[in-house]
Amino acid sequence: MEKWIAALAAIAATTVACAEPSVDDIVNKANEAAYYTGDDGRAEVEMTITDGKGGTRTRKFTILRKDTEGGNQKFYVYFKEPADLYKQVFLVWKETADGKDDSRWMWLPALNLKRSIAPGDKRTSFVGSDFVYEDVSGRNLKEDEHELVESTDTQYVVKNTPKKPGDVEFSYYTVRIDKETFLPRKAEYYDKNGKLYRIVEATRVETIQGFPTVTESVVKDLNTGGSTVNAFSNVQYDIGLDENIFTERFLRRPPREVTK
Amino acid sequence: MKTVPGKTALVPKPMVPGLLAAALAAMPAAALDTELHGFVDARGGMRTQNDPHEDERSLAETRLQLDSLTYLGPATFQARADFVYDDLVSDHGKVDLENGDGFFDLRELNLLFSPTAGSDLKIGRQILTWGTGDLLFINDLFPKDWNSFLLGRDEEYLKAPSDALFASFFPAIGSFDLTYMPRMDADRYVDGRRISYWNPAQQALAGQNAVIDAERRDEWFQDHEIAARFYRPLLGYEGALYAYHGFWKSPAGFDPSVGNAYFPNLNAYGASLQGSLGSGIANAEAGYYDSREDRSGTNPFVPNSEARFMAGYEREVAKDLTAGAQYYLEWMMDHDAYLAGVPDRDTARDEFRHVLTLRLTRMLMNQNLVLGLFTFYSPSDNDAYFRPNATYKLNDHWQLFANANLFIGEHDYTFFGQFEDNSNVNLGARYSF
Repeated sequence: MEKWIAALAAIAATTVACAEPSVDDIVNKANEAAYYTGDDGRAEVEMTITDGKGGTRTRKFTILRKDTEGGNQKFYVYFKEPADLYKQVFLVWKETADGKDDSRWMWLPALNLKRSIAPGDKRTSFVGSDFVYEDVSGRNLKEDEHELVESTDTQYVVKNTPKKPGDVEFSYYTVRIDKETFLPRKAEYYDKNGKLYRIVEATRVETIQGFPTVTESVVKDLNTGGSTVNAFSNVQYDIGLDENIFTERFLRRPPREVTK
Repeated sequence: MKTVPGKTALVPKPMVPGLLAAALAAMPAAALDTELHGFVDARGGMRTQNDPHEDERSLAETRLQLDSLTYLGPATFQARADFVYDDLVSDHGKVDLENGDGFFDLRELNLLFSPTAGSDLKIGRQILTWGTGDLLFINDLFPKDWNSFLLGRDEEYLKAPSDALFASFFPAIGSFDLTYMPRMDADRYVDGRRISYWNPAQQALAGQNAVIDAERRDEWFQDHEIAARFYRPLLGYEGALYAYHGFWKSPAGFDPSVGNAYFPNLNAYGASLQGSLGSGIANAEAGYYDSREDRSGTNPFVPNSEARFMAGYEREVAKDLTAGAQYYLEWMMDHDAYLAGVPDRDTARDEFRHVLTLRLTRMLMNQNLVLGLFTFYSPSDNDAYFRPNATYKLNDHWQLFANANLFIGEHDYTFFGQFEDNSNVNLGARYSF
C-alpha cells in the first residue's frame, strides 16, 4: 500500500512539474494578459503624479488600443487634462518584429500639426509621470532574457535581464505574475549597483467582460520619492474599433470613442 | 490699405464663419454639448539694443484665449478667439481679422463633419499646416505671422488663421487634402510697425518711418488660393505631393503704377518624404516656386522663380535631450536677369541661399522645465538667428517662460541680418484652464 502511495505521489509530483509552464510560456501569457486583452479596448485614465515634495499634478486621457497582425498594436491616447495638453493626441504603432522600431506621433491641435517623435529612448517619462513610454505600450519580450527564479503558491517570480544593458537604466527587474490570471502584479527594478529603485504595482484588479483587468496601478521612484497612480475607468473590450482611427485622419478629427 | 475706400466693406467679411455662427445660434442651447477651455497669457519684451526705427519695448500684452468645442451630433463646431490688450498700439479699438490688429483676433471658427464615410470637410476659419520642416516651410503656403514669431509670442502664433474649405478624401490609394481659400490669406508680414527691416527701395534699414501697407488681395472668389496634398505610405516612409495656386504670401512684389507693394501670383509644386531612419526621424522636402508674373526673371519688381530644398534629421542624443538638424536651400532661377534689375548689386541676393538649423531640447524636473535653443545659421548670408527659450510648468495651471530672439549678421540686407536691431528678450506667464 505504501508503495502505491509513494508511486502515486511520484506521479503527482511529475504531473505538477509538467504543469509548471516554461518561463517563456509564463512571460508570453503575462504579456497577453497585461496588453492584449480582447482584440481591442478602451479605457479612461486619471493619472496622479506626486513629486518627492508632495506636490501633485493630474492628467486625464482616454486610451484606445487595437491589436493588428503579428502581435503589433496601435494606441491612440487623447488628452483631456491638464489644460495645456487638452486635445493633444499621442499615437503609437507598436512593432514587435526584430529590428523594427515603434512609430510615435504627437498631434498638436493649436498648430494643426502632426509631429513625429524620434523612436530613440522608450524609457523616458510619459507626460512627466513616473511611468515611461514602455510601461504604456509594453516592453518587447525579446529585449530581455527571462528566468523563473521562484514559484510561490500564487505567483511566479520572473527575473528579466536586458540583452542590451546599455540601452536601459536598470540592470534587471523582477516581475511577480499571478498564477491564476497571469497578470503581472508587481515589478521591481534594480539599478546598475543592484539597488532596488523603482516599483510598479497593480493595486486593483477587477474582472471586466470576463477578463481580469488592472484598474489601478502605481509606480514609485525610490530615488526621487515620487510616485504616479493610474486609475482606469469605463474599461471596455472588443468594441470593434476601426483601424483607420489610428491614422492622421482621426488625429485631425478625434473620434467619438475618445471625446465622449 | 490702398484699395478703393468702401469697396471691401461691401463684402461680408467673415461670411463663412457668420453662417456657422447663425447655424449654431439656431441650435437649442440645452442640446449643446460644449467644452470650454483657454488661458490668460501676459508677456513683456525689450529690445536688447537701440533701434532708431522702433520702440524700445518689443512686447507688452495680455491675452485671454477662449476655446470652445461643441459636439453637434456627428459634427463638431469649434470657436477659438483671443481678446488682447496690447500696450504698444495706440488704437485699441481697430479690429482687423486679416492681419490680427486690434483687441480681438479670431483664431478658429469652423464646422467639421463627414459628408460621406470616406471624406471629411472643415469649413470656416482654421489653422492649416502641412509639410515636414521644423520652423522651415516649403510646401506649407498657409499664412504665417512673422511678427509674432520674431517678437516672442507663443510658437502657436506663428500660424495665422485661414478662412477656408478643407476637404479630405481617403480612397485606398492614399489620402487627398484639398483646400480652397476664397480670398487670399496673406502672411502677417514684417511691415515695419513693430519690426524694422531692410527696405530695398531705400537701400537702408527702415521701420515705423516706412511702414509697408501692401495692396491686399481681397476680391472674393477671384483672389483665391487653392492648395492640395496627396500623401500615402511609401517604402516605409510617409510620402507626399503638394500643389499650390495663389500668391507670394508676403508682399514681395512692387507695383510701380500705384507705387506700392503687392502679392504677385505664385504656383508651387513639391514633394516630401518623412520617416524613421536609424534611431531618429529623417525628412526631405523640395518645392518649385513658379513666379507666374515673371517667368523670365527680368522684371525687377516681381520675385523670380525659385527651387527650394531641405533635409533634416532628429533624434534623442541623451536621456531627455533631443537634437534636430536641418539643411535648407533657396535657389533663385534666372539670377543673372535678377542682377540686371537690382538697384545695387552689393546688396542683392545670392543665387543660392543656404541655411542650417539646429534644435536642442532638454527636459528637466519631470519635464516641468524645458530648455530649448533653436538656431538658424546661413553660411552664404553670414547671418544667424538664435531662439533660446525656457518654460517652467509651476503646476497644472501656471507656466512661466523666458525667451529671446537674437539676430546677428555681417550685413544689414541679409535675411536675418536685417533684424539685428530687433533682437529682444521676453518674460511671460500663462494661466491655463
